[in-house]
Amino acid sequence: MGAARLTLIAALAAVFAAPARAQQPIIGLITKTESNPFFVKMKEGALAAAQHDGVRLLTAAGANDGDNVGQVTAMENMIAAGAKVILITVNDSKAIVPAIRKARAKGILVIALDSPPDPVDAVDALFATDNYEAGSLIGSYARAALGGKPAKIATLDLFPGHPVGAQRHNGFLKGLGLPAPPKSSNELGRPPQVVCMADSYGNQSKGQAGMENCLQKDPDINLVYTINEPTAAGAFKALKAAGKEKGVVIVSVDGGCQGIRDIASGAIAATAQQYPLKMAALGVDAGAAFVKTGKRPTGYINTGVTLIAAKPAAGVDSKDVKTGMSLCFGKRD
Amino acid sequence: MNGSVLQAKNLIKRYGHVTALDGADFELRAQEILAVIGDNGAGKSTLIKALAGALIPDSGEIWLDGLRVHFKNPIDARRAGIETVFQDLAVAPAMSIAENLFLGREIRRAGFAGSVLRMLDKRRMISESAAHLAELRIGVGTMTQSVETLSGGQRQSVAVARSAAFARHVVIMDEPTAALGVKESAMVLELIRRVRDRGLAVVLISHNMPHVFEIADRIHVQRLGKRVAVLNPREISMSDTVAVMTGALRPQELPAASDQYLAR
Amino acid sequence: MRVRLPRPATLGPLLALAVACVFFATQSDRFWTGENLSLVLQQVMVVGVLAIGQTLIILTAGVDLSCGTIMALGGIVMTKFAADIGLPASAAIAAGIAVTTLLGAVNGVLVSRINLPPFIVTLGTLNIAFALTQLYSHAQTVTELPSAMTSLGGTFRLGGTSVVYGVVLMLALYGFTWFALRETAAGRHVYAVGNNPEASRLTGIATQRVLFGVYALAGVLYGIAALLSVARTGVGDPNAGQTDNLDAITAVVIGGTSLFGGRGAILGSLVGALIVGVFRNGLTLMGVSSVYQILITGILVILAVGTDQLSRRGAVA
Repeated sequence: MGAARLTLIAALAAVFAAPARAQQPIIGLITKTESNPFFVKMKEGALAAAQHDGVRLLTAAGANDGDNVGQVTAMENMIAAGAKVILITVNDSKAIVPAIRKARAKGILVIALDSPPDPVDAVDALFATDNYEAGSLIGSYARAALGGKPAKIATLDLFPGHPVGAQRHNGFLKGLGLPAPPKSSNELGRPPQVVCMADSYGNQSKGQAGMENCLQKDPDINLVYTINEPTAAGAFKALKAAGKEKGVVIVSVDGGCQGIRDIASGAIAATAQQYPLKMAALGVDAGAAFVKTGKRPTGYINTGVTLIAAKPAAGVDSKDVKTGMSLCFGKRD
Repeated sequence: MNGSVLQAKNLIKRYGHVTALDGADFELRAQEILAVIGDNGAGKSTLIKALAGALIPDSGEIWLDGLRVHFKNPIDARRAGIETVFQDLAVAPAMSIAENLFLGREIRRAGFAGSVLRMLDKRRMISESAAHLAELRIGVGTMTQSVETLSGGQRQSVAVARSAAFARHVVIMDEPTAALGVKESAMVLELIRRVRDRGLAVVLISHNMPHVFEIADRIHVQRLGKRVAVLNPREISMSDTVAVMTGALRPQELPAASDQYLAR
Repeated sequence: MRVRLPRPATLGPLLALAVACVFFATQSDRFWTGENLSLVLQQVMVVGVLAIGQTLIILTAGVDLSCGTIMALGGIVMTKFAADIGLPASAAIAAGIAVTTLLGAVNGVLVSRINLPPFIVTLGTLNIAFALTQLYSHAQTVTELPSAMTSLGGTFRLGGTSVVYGVVLMLALYGFTWFALRETAAGRHVYAVGNNPEASRLTGIATQRVLFGVYALAGVLYGIAALLSVARTGVGDPNAGQTDNLDAITAVVIGGTSLFGGRGAILGSLVGALIVGVFRNGLTLMGVSSVYQILITGILVILAVGTDQLSRRGAVA
C-alpha cells in the first residue's frame, strides 16, 4: 500500500512538474560555428546563465564562419518553438538583417553578441568586444615593444570583407600610430610599413603558409599581426623554421587558454583578451529580464578587452599571464 | 544433340503476368550463322539473354556441345565459351583497342613483374590484338588508338573481334548492323562470315531482313514466346518470312523445303 | 621502354604551371629560389596527398566532398591518442589512419553496394566527420605531441636547399599510384569502371569491388595526409581540412581529370595542386591582394574544364 501510494505521488509530481518546466521562457542562442572554442565557451556561459535565471536555452550555429542561411533557418525554427529572445553572433552582418527585422516585428527581442550587424541598430542591443579597440591595444603594445625601430609588418588576416577581420586589422594600425581606415570600414588598410598581407582563414595551417610566403617576400619582417591565436601559432612555426623567432614580435587577439600558454612560452608577445562568457551571460540576463519585466536593453555594451603580455611594454597598461590564464576560455589544464 | 553446338528445350520465363518464353526451343549447329527474328514481344531478346547467361529461365534445359549447362550470370556463359556482342558494344570509349579487347581478361607479365608487381604485358596484348584483327581482316590503324576515335563500323568490328578472339563455341550478336550505314554494314556482315568460317557458330539477332537474308544459313522465327519455324533463306522469300513472323502465314502452309523445323 | 611525352591531358596543366612559374620569376627574384620552391612543395603536400585519393574517386565518375574533414578527424584521433592517452606515436598514427580508412570504407559501401550517389554520400560523411572531430576534440587544438609524430616535418639538405621528408613521401605516393594506374589490371579497371561501368560489368570486371576499393584506399590516403598535416603544423587541429575538401577537387580538375570519369592522369593532380600553391605563393610575393588569388583559382578551374571538353570534341571523329 505504501509503495503504491508513493508511486502515485511521484507520478503526480512529475505530471505537475512538467508543465512548470514547459512554462519556462525560451531564449535562443545562435553562434557562428561549432568549431571555434570561443563560441563553445559562449554557449557554456549562456547555459549556465540560463539555468541561474530560470530560462530555457535553445542553441544552434552556422555550418561555418560566414554561413548566413544556417543562421536564418535556426532563427526561424527557434521562433516557431516559442523563443521570445534571440541572441546571435552574426556570420554575415548585412545578410542577416532582414531576418532580424522580421523577428523584431513579431516582438522578439534580438541581441547581437560579439559581431555587430550592419546597420548596427537593426538589433535591440549589441554586447560585444570592440574589435577595433582590441586591435588598437595590441598595436600600441607593438609600438612600444619595437622601441622606435622602423616597423616592417606582415598581417595575417581572416579573409576579404569580414568586419571583425577589418576592425582588428585597422585598429592595430591605428594603435601603431599609422594611418588607418575608420572603425566602420570593411577594407584592410595598407600603409607602406605593411610589406606583406596574407589570408589565414583563422586557421593554423594557412597562417603558417602565409607567414612562409611573407618571409620569402621580405626576410626582414619584424612585426606580425595575426587575426587570432591559431594563426599566430602557425606564424610562429614558420618563423622558427626560418630561424627568425627571436627577432620578430607576434601579436594576436582572442585570449583563449592555448593562446595565453603561447604567450607564456614566448611564441606570442601580446594578445587582446575577449570575454565570450561575459557576453553570453549578459545576453541571457538581459533576455530573462525582458521576458519577466518587458524591459528592452538598448545600445552597445562593451564587454571589455584586456591586453595580456608576458613582458610589459613601456607606457602601455597590460596584465600578466597569470591573470590571462584565470580569465581565458578553452581547456585550462 | 547431334552436331548441334547450342540447344535449348522448353524454356519458360514469366515476369509476373507476362509470359516472355512459353516453352521455347532453340538449336544452333556447328559453323553456321543462325538468324533469330521475331516481332517485338515475341521473346527474342529473352531467349538470347537466357542463352547468354544474362537471365535464368524458370524452367527448361540448355545444352552446350551435348553437356547440360546452368548459367547463373554472363560470366558463366563466357567461361563456357559463349561470347556476346551487345547492342551498345560494351566498350570503354576512352581506352585503346588493345585494352578493350582484353578488358576483364588482361594478360600479366611473366615472372616477378607479373606475379608480385602485377604488371600487365602491354606489348603482348597489343600484338595479339593486332593478330586477331588481322585474322578477321579488319583494317584499323594502331591498337593503341582509343575506341572513340573509330567510326561506328570500326567500333562494331572491334567488338566482334573481341568475341571471336575469346569464343570457343558460340558468338551471339545483338543487332550488329542497326546503327550502321550501307558501306559499314557490308563490312560487318563480311566480318561475320569470316567469324563463321573460322569455325565458330554465330547467333544473329536482327530486324534487318535484307541483312538476314544476305548472311544467314538458317532463320529461327520466334513468335509469342515460342519457336514457330526454322526457315531456309534460299528457299523462301523475304515477304513470306515476314508473314510467318507476324503470324499472317502459318508455317504449315509453307512448302517442305523452306521450313526445316518439322515438329508442329 | 620508350620515353613518352606526357599525354595531352597533362600537357595543358604542365604548360600552365610552366607559364605561371616564368611569370612569377619575372615579378619577384625571390620566387625561383630553392628555398621558396621547397616551401611551395611543403605548402601543397597535404592537399597533394588528398588529391591522390580524390583522383582515384573522380576517375570512377564519383566525387568525395568529405576528404578534408575525414583527414581532420584522423589528425585529431592520432594526436589525442598520443598526447592524452599516451600511446606510442606509431600506434597512435595507425589508429588515426584506421579511422580515416573506416570512413572511406563507409563511403565505399554506400556507393558501391547501396548505389547511392557519391555526391550525397560524401556530403553526409563530410558533416559526420566534422561533428565527430568537434565532439572528440572539444574544438581545441591538441599540442604536446611526441616528436616521432612530427618527424615527417623534418628536413634534409638537397644541394643547398632544405627538403621536407613529407614532400618526399607525397612524391613517392604519386609515383606508386602512377605505376599502379598505368601498369596493373586493377589500375586499368578503375579507368574502365569510370568510362563505362556497364561495359566493365559485362566484361567480367568486379565493378562493385573496384568502386569500394577506390573509396577505401582514398581513406588510407586521407590518413596519411592527416599525418603530414600534423607533421607540418606540429599540432592536431580540429579546424584543419575545411577548405581542403574543395581544394583537393580543384587540384584534380585543374590537373585535367574529367569529372565524368574514365579520363585523366594522376600526375595532373600533382600539377594542379602545384599550380594553386604557386599562385598563392607568387601573388603574395608580388603583394597582390588575396582576393585575386581566389578569383584566379576560379578562372583556372573553368579554363581547365573548358580545355578538356574542347580538346575531346576535337579528338572524337
